[in-house]
Amino acid sequence: MIELTNVHKAFGPKKVLRGVNLFIAKGTSMVIIGGSGTGKSVCLKSVLGLVKPDSGTITLDGEDVSRAERDSFLARFGMLFQGGALFDSLPVWQNVGFRLMRGSLKRPQAEAREIAIEKLRRVGLTPDVADLFPAELSGGMQKRVGLARAIAAEPEIIFFDEPTTGLDPIMSGVINDLIREIVTEMGATAMTITHDMSSVRAIADNIAMLHDGVIQWTGPVADMDASGDPYLDQFIHGRAEGPIEAVR
Amino acid sequence: MSWLSTLLAAIGRPVLAGLGALGRISIFAGQTIAHMLRPPIYLKEIGHALMNVGYFSLPVVGLTALFTGGALALQIYSGGARFNAEAVVPQIVAIGMVRELGPVLVGLMIAARVTSSIAAEIATMKVTEQIDALVTLSTHPMKYLTVPRVLVGLIMVPALVGVGDIIGIFGGYIVGTQSLGFNPSTYLNNTVNFIEARDIWSSLAKGAVFGFIATLMGCYYGMNTSRGAAGVGRATKDAVEAAAILILAANFILTSIFFTI
Repeated sequence: MIELTNVHKAFGPKKVLRGVNLFIAKGTSMVIIGGSGTGKSVCLKSVLGLVKPDSGTITLDGEDVSRAERDSFLARFGMLFQGGALFDSLPVWQNVGFRLMRGSLKRPQAEAREIAIEKLRRVGLTPDVADLFPAELSGGMQKRVGLARAIAAEPEIIFFDEPTTGLDPIMSGVINDLIREIVTEMGATAMTITHDMSSVRAIADNIAMLHDGVIQWTGPVADMDASGDPYLDQFIHGRAEGPIEAVR
Repeated sequence: MSWLSTLLAAIGRPVLAGLGALGRISIFAGQTIAHMLRPPIYLKEIGHALMNVGYFSLPVVGLTALFTGGALALQIYSGGARFNAEAVVPQIVAIGMVRELGPVLVGLMIAARVTSSIAAEIATMKVTEQIDALVTLSTHPMKYLTVPRVLVGLIMVPALVGVGDIIGIFGGYIVGTQSLGFNPSTYLNNTVNFIEARDIWSSLAKGAVFGFIATLMGCYYGMNTSRGAAGVGRATKDAVEAAAILILAANFILTSIFFTI
């Protein structure tokens, strides 16, 4: 399980997180929603140690993540980045098998390639994609490759940062379904950040709404529509009027 | 008194910013050296860097040195004629290329070609979250990106300086023998007999320092970029400017050390 307790983070004078408290149970899929610039990505990157919180604690299975041994800690995670973040200089299969060719999970190149192709197949890509470079792929294919990379080492915890941004509705649906299937079949803990409500409904077991640097509401996705929280209501219905200022 | 405090603030701000940047670069350099001494070392990345920094820089280094050597011979001949010293062309071309122009020109060419390329590549990786992706894949960005490039800069730039020195002298030889009427064997003898071992090793040592500076600046500004495409452009410009200035400053310091002690 992942637990964030009273996490604060500021960038210069801008206070992004003002005391975030969040609990993600093992094997569940938590989706964090909220407007642009509300600190969703900062929250997620804080767990991974990519951003250092100013105060507060983040624990994974009870252990403070800032004190964990980095290599073994990160080996438990997979992450799909918003823009894919594929390495331009490497062919697709080496992107997918990157972790399998280095560090503690290193294995022979042929085996890494075989696993990479298998993971590509799992996300609906054919083996002939393996030798292409990321620049030769469409946005949707890049997301799939990013997803294949995230699951290549079969991590216990997978993070998805805006998995459907920039995709058409059909491709968004395909990616959402893939994420749901993969998380379920791997039994992984998932943490997704998005402002795409179709993703929320497809992926989430639980949701948390981040607004003004704190978790405004959290609960099961089934309770979302009847939450009675004016912030959440305004967000999920996409209303310009309400407690959330349209121009921030 | 308010104008005085405004003036002092205007002077103090850039001085403090400059000192801060120098401190951050020094820490970055220290971290790079520390990572060089600890495994893992990514041999494949070193191989890529060898090609990019070394092999693909040969044409620009060779042409720069060739034309500079030729121009130097013409200048020395025409300048020397003012006090009947035209005969020293081979010696001055040799010493000028090996001690000064070879290392400095190669250093500046590397700053233009390699520093810019490294800064742009790493900065693009930064703004597209590829550096974050490396971290999540249990790979230290400094080990994977910085160490191979700086290591290769340390090794390959002296080699390029050596090549540049030879081609520069050859440029002077061509001009001297084909246009200024020097006897080929006399020209070569005068060149070889005049150069000392100290000239050569000082040239190569300068190359190593310049290679370190050029690659380090590319990595530092690339790693510390932000704000999208404009940030990539700024990082590239800042990296090349910093590398060029530091190379020229280091050249002055090294020349003072090597030839005045």
